[in-house]
Amino acid sequence: MQGTHMVLTMADVLPAGAEIFLALATCVLLLVDALGGHRVRGLIFLLAIASLAGAAWVTSAVAVPGRTVVLSGHFVADPMGTVLKLFAYGAAAVTLLYSRDYLERRELLKGEYLVLALFAVLGIQVIVSAGSLLTLYLGIEIMSLSLYAMIALDREDGVAAESAMKYFVLGAIASGALLYGISILYGVTGSFILDGVAAAVNRGEAPAIGLLFGLAFIVVGVAFKFGAVPFHMWLPDVYHGARTPVTLYVAAAPKIASFALAMRVLAEGLGGAVAAWQDMLIVLAALSMILGNVVAIAQSNIKRMLAYSTISHVGFILLGVLAGTAAGYRAAMFYTLTYVIMTTASFGIVLWLSRQGFEADALDDYKGLNRRNPWFAFVMLLVMFGLAGVPPTVGFWAKVQVIAAIVNVDLTWLAALAVVMSVVGAYYYLRIVKLMYFDEPTESGPVESKIAVRLMLSVNGLAILVLGIYPGVLLRLCEHVLP
Amino acid sequence: MAAPANLLSWLVWLPVLAGFAVLLLGDRRIAAGRWVALAATLATFALCLPLWEGFNRATAALQFIEQQPWIGILNAWYYLGVDGISMPLIVLTAFTTPLVVIAAWSNIEKRPAQYFASFLVMEGLMIGVFAAADALLFYVLWEAMLIPMFLIIGIWGGSRRVYATIKFFLYTFLGSVLMLVALIWLYLQGGSYEIAYLQQMQIGMTAQVLIFLAFFAAFAVKVPMWPVHTWLPDAHVEAPTGGSVILAAIMLKMGGYGFLRFSLPIAPDASRELDWLVIALSLVAIAYIGFVALAQRDMKKLIAYSSIAHMGFVTLGAFVAYDIWQATGAATGAGMGLDGAMVQMVSHGLVSGALFLCVGVLYDRLHTRDISAYGGVVNTMPVFAFFAVLFAMANAGLPGTSGFVGEFLVIVSSFKANFWYAFVAALTLILGAAYTLLLVKRVIWGEVANDGVASLKDLNAREFIVLAALAIAVLALGVWPAPLLDVMRPTLEALVDQLMTSKL
Repeated sequence: MQGTHMVLTMADVLPAGAEIFLALATCVLLLVDALGGHRVRGLIFLLAIASLAGAAWVTSAVAVPGRTVVLSGHFVADPMGTVLKLFAYGAAAVTLLYSRDYLERRELLKGEYLVLALFAVLGIQVIVSAGSLLTLYLGIEIMSLSLYAMIALDREDGVAAESAMKYFVLGAIASGALLYGISILYGVTGSFILDGVAAAVNRGEAPAIGLLFGLAFIVVGVAFKFGAVPFHMWLPDVYHGARTPVTLYVAAAPKIASFALAMRVLAEGLGGAVAAWQDMLIVLAALSMILGNVVAIAQSNIKRMLAYSTISHVGFILLGVLAGTAAGYRAAMFYTLTYVIMTTASFGIVLWLSRQGFEADALDDYKGLNRRNPWFAFVMLLVMFGLAGVPPTVGFWAKVQVIAAIVNVDLTWLAALAVVMSVVGAYYYLRIVKLMYFDEPTESGPVESKIAVRLMLSVNGLAILVLGIYPGVLLRLCEHVLP
Repeated sequence: MAAPANLLSWLVWLPVLAGFAVLLLGDRRIAAGRWVALAATLATFALCLPLWEGFNRATAALQFIEQQPWIGILNAWYYLGVDGISMPLIVLTAFTTPLVVIAAWSNIEKRPAQYFASFLVMEGLMIGVFAAADALLFYVLWEAMLIPMFLIIGIWGGSRRVYATIKFFLYTFLGSVLMLVALIWLYLQGGSYEIAYLQQMQIGMTAQVLIFLAFFAAFAVKVPMWPVHTWLPDAHVEAPTGGSVILAAIMLKMGGYGFLRFSLPIAPDASRELDWLVIALSLVAIAYIGFVALAQRDMKKLIAYSSIAHMGFVTLGAFVAYDIWQATGAATGAGMGLDGAMVQMVSHGLVSGALFLCVGVLYDRLHTRDISAYGGVVNTMPVFAFFAVLFAMANAGLPGTSGFVGEFLVIVSSFKANFWYAFVAALTLILGAAYTLLLVKRVIWGEVANDGVASLKDLNAREFIVLAALAIAVLALGVWPAPLLDVMRPTLEALVDQLMTSKL
């Protein structure tokens, strides 16, 4: 594919159809917003959802079984990418749906917000389909810059601006580390293309010390994007400081991108050097599980608590990756997808409960929710037991998978650490259940929300239970795309 | 009566579905909800009749088998089946739950729909735990059971309910997750989660010891054994009456069941090596916890500690087999301890459940569990006093009651193993009698102690039915335990064979 003459054929471009479609659709949205102004506010929201739906359609339409590499090796279309992209569109669309009321009440539902949101999804698409280190970097920057801007979009909100700034500065350092790692890797393997890197590593051509050096920086970059300890510092501040819809936006779909990033670079590009990065990831995973779970206990803000909970879940996802086996990658993918489902529901509840002038982000705001609305208290209960990994929720199967993966590579001690940490984690999830079910409400008013939100939130919550009782569908999907 | 097809599935899912029905009816239609709950639990108990009748008492093999693929990729099956160990415990569960529903009939004012729904869902899950023949299915149900219990203690419990329920959850969760790692390890070695298959697998000694310890963490917490018993008094004291009954009658049995189903057959060599640990902790529970019970001022706490001591007999009876084998040189007789353990589990389920219900009867009237707040109850509540004394005697192991049979079998078999085991275990005859009789003396006998006691009204019809049903069961099992022993015998004999067969 690495031809010298640069002639683009339709076959070269078609696999990237969804990316091209979304980029164009986003530009149309930008134009409609610029020309229509206030009058088209409702329209552009629908347009944004339609763009995601359209992208989903194109993605499925151009999907082919097996792996296709186009654009001189820079772009990969494979079943894993297709599934990850579809989940990312879904997560983004559901997030926008949950966010709509919140944003409208605070006059934040502007064209810019939606344009940035869609560009972030574009970045995720590019990362997911990256066939080379450069495409990966490009995707990361598209996604990250959109997210920085989304966080800072509310000019009145100093805290959000501060967290955007933190995210940006730390993100820039991480990008620098990643870029540095990429350039070293290019130096020792002579290729940006991941297949070329993999081939060079497998042939043993690359000098070990150079490879290790480049690898270390790349792992730093990956760890930062995931939010793994000790590169997690941005995460609690961003989750806490950003407006809740943006927090959800950062929390859900980009996790899919992080997983794809790890898969593309570590599993596909550097799969031959698994022994080298396995140890690094063990440290990251163990620290993330310990710190995330322990510090989450001390939080009184639910967004911050969920941020530390995210860090611990990142540790679990890394467990699957570091196993370095097909079963491990499958487990990590399953974990990522279920985590996205659960985290969407958790912040969905926060958004559902918030009103004008009330963010519903203090833990005490959840007191007596069972009294006020038993159904959504039950949904939140499912989310909490799901995140804690208690059956019969899907979170249990996610944990079983990754634990099986690492026990299989004789890291039973790490498995024991993981399960013990999940017990520590159970404490703060139980605390939310305690507030909702055991305490009396401090306010009694019913919670108002649109029927679409209620419906979506119910489906989202029940998915945690249904997939928990019958996880076979999702497991087979992961097995199908990662044989 | 012809057994319906999928009998075990009916037993598991009927209560769960009824639970959701009650939830949907909600607090506003709780009158209907109560009847649904009662009808469902009685129907579940009725379904135990074909189970008991149709059970083949000549074989140790699983019966009433249902096997469906569940999660193909993990080779996990929806695989149900019962043998002589699980069947009596399923009947016990189905017998206890309707009593809990009746006992709570109009006593629960706070969110009654959720209360009944929790117990119904829990009943289904507990029956599922006993019926599961696939380890992963077992584990899912085993853990899922914690959720309704967590809510039951937390929502309807006493003043320190939050502390008690979180402690209960975390303790049992911590024990369980280590078992999960062990199960996953076994699966990766053998490629199957089928319990019968795991019981046949050859496993090296180091692995067996680690597996044994992982299982031990799960089951010892559940039983509970000293020194990981501390969640139990808290949970019992704070739980509502129904929660205490289910905890004592069924949930503690899961620990004993786990030892018989997993620890002993899957890791028999490690069990032989480490049986001293279990026996020692059981003897500590029997003797030391007996003294602790003696010092209690709270009725529920006293019964909770007495539960720990009585469950010590279960673990002692289960693990004494190796020492009998060693002492006598023959496997014959080794099964007697196991017989005793099983009978003790069923008996303790009935007796402790009944005692907690008795405390509930008093608590409903005077809203205190303090022993010192009572005295002379017999004067105002003679019928209640009759039942309370009967159950207290059963708790003390009086011959003629079910409590005697299990304790007697275990003491005799431990005498075969080692005189000193029997000596310490027999202390319970003194200690158990002491704390139970002291309780009876202070609460029931004597002059009317205060105006509160003077104003007590005797049992109403609902309470009478519940206690009478339990009293009949306790006496029947005490006078004529043979039907229960017949059901268990082939399975326990097969278990003894498994114990004696090295898997190294």
